[in-house]
Amino acid sequence: MRHSFLDRYSRLTSPIHRIDATAKLISLIILLIILVTTPVAFHVTFVGASIILLVVAFVSRIPFMFLLRRMLFLELFIVGVAILSLLQPNGFAVFIGVVARSTLCILAVVLFSNTTPFSELLELLRRWRVPVLLITLLALMYRYLFVLVDELERMQRARTSRTFTGNRPMLWHSLATVVSQLFVRSTERAERIFAAMSARGW
Amino acid sequence: MHVPDGFLDSKTIVATTTLSLVGVTAAWRQTKTHIQPQRIPLLGVAAAFVFAAQMLNFPVAGGTSGHLMGAVLATVLLGTGPAIIVMTSVLVVQCFLFADGGVLALGANIFNMAIVGSVSGSVLYHTIHRLVSGERGRMIAVAVASWCSVVLASLCCAGELAWSGTAPRQTVFPAMAGIHALIGVGEALITCMVVAAIRQARPELLASTSDDVRVPGHGTVVAYGVVIALGLVLFVSPFASEWPDGLEMIAASLGFDQKAIQYPLAPALIHEYQFPWIGSSVLATVLGGIIGVGTVFFFFYVLSRLLKSKT
Repeated sequence: MRHSFLDRYSRLTSPIHRIDATAKLISLIILLIILVTTPVAFHVTFVGASIILLVVAFVSRIPFMFLLRRMLFLELFIVGVAILSLLQPNGFAVFIGVVARSTLCILAVVLFSNTTPFSELLELLRRWRVPVLLITLLALMYRYLFVLVDELERMQRARTSRTFTGNRPMLWHSLATVVSQLFVRSTERAERIFAAMSARGW
Repeated sequence: MHVPDGFLDSKTIVATTTLSLVGVTAAWRQTKTHIQPQRIPLLGVAAAFVFAAQMLNFPVAGGTSGHLMGAVLATVLLGTGPAIIVMTSVLVVQCFLFADGGVLALGANIFNMAIVGSVSGSVLYHTIHRLVSGERGRMIAVAVASWCSVVLASLCCAGELAWSGTAPRQTVFPAMAGIHALIGVGEALITCMVVAAIRQARPELLASTSDDVRVPGHGTVVAYGVVIALGLVLFVSPFASEWPDGLEMIAASLGFDQKAIQYPLAPALIHEYQFPWIGSSVLATVLGGIIGVGTVFFFFYVLSRLLKSKT
């Protein structure tokens, strides 16, 4: 399976990875609420939060370069939207505040997702009385995400190796073909999954 | 269009989370009671499918690129309630695995893309498909519904950003609407071609879903309607009065507006959505919006009852 990029480091062993998922999720949400509700003028909160997050990042043994690349990638979107806030009176202060806040929030979520396996999150939801069917749906989705993304990449590779010139109408046409093929294959897969599930007494 | 954390203030977060909870619960109840067991795995795999499809970029003017939202595609293939559930699952996974869209902003993202995207797309698709029958009608319906769902979702997103004070409304509305009007064209093209291709390859997939799409119960319709109406009133309508209505602008430039006042066809009940006896203009606009939406909602509800009893 090539798509280790999804939550690649969520199964490392470190003190942070060993903490119970419930505790991690609750502290994540509390941290986010504090970050979102504090006025920008309270520098102490933001400095404190960044120190905590950096310590967590260090203890969790997630490679630093991976975190940096992830953050830089996500930062593009933040700055893209935040630029709009520059166009109002006192816009620069709002801009800095929004960017600082979002950066810390995203760092917190990236750390959370790379220290908590998705299955533990689902187990937690089950304990919180989220409908079982909904959890089954999320679990199925997570499982087949990797398969479908693999399938998508295979189809894309097959297409690029067979088309030599790319003009626009062709590009649109092949995009649509890839998406529709993917859906047809997904439904066939779902039928097989249902047969397998029924055979095992679901 | 995924709003990250830090862009919305607490009142917007609370409002969007509440609206999404109500909307998703309604969708869940509708789905749970109507779904056949063999379609449950399909929902999970379809969510993975939408996720994968959102990874494909298509070129938009000027070297930039956009990606599919997929709300209308999901609606046409699976039905409205399942589409909301599928889109919500996609957003939840994107948020927790990729940090794409914030955790506290999840409610806002679900409201914009899952609820507004799917419900507006579904209403437009079914209405237009009923008016223009046949395959051409279906294509027109898919195209219009896709474009409108993207633009409407982006307007809600702009409204939330403006309401939070993150971005000035004079710029955020035209900017978001402008960009997404272009992306919407791409979305419409792709969705049309995909629906056409699926119809060619496996026509029973479309047919089976159209059998499956039952008329949702009154409770569900009312829940969707109220959630969307409240969202539009909160996020979009406070800013409506800033912009002259297109018709008003034309009238003003041609000098009709002076004449119109002299010969009113009917006395306007709520002039320009403003109540003279309420001081705050924002409050007055919101109140006017609520009453307006309520009236329109009541009208359509009565209309749907009448149409339903006839058939």
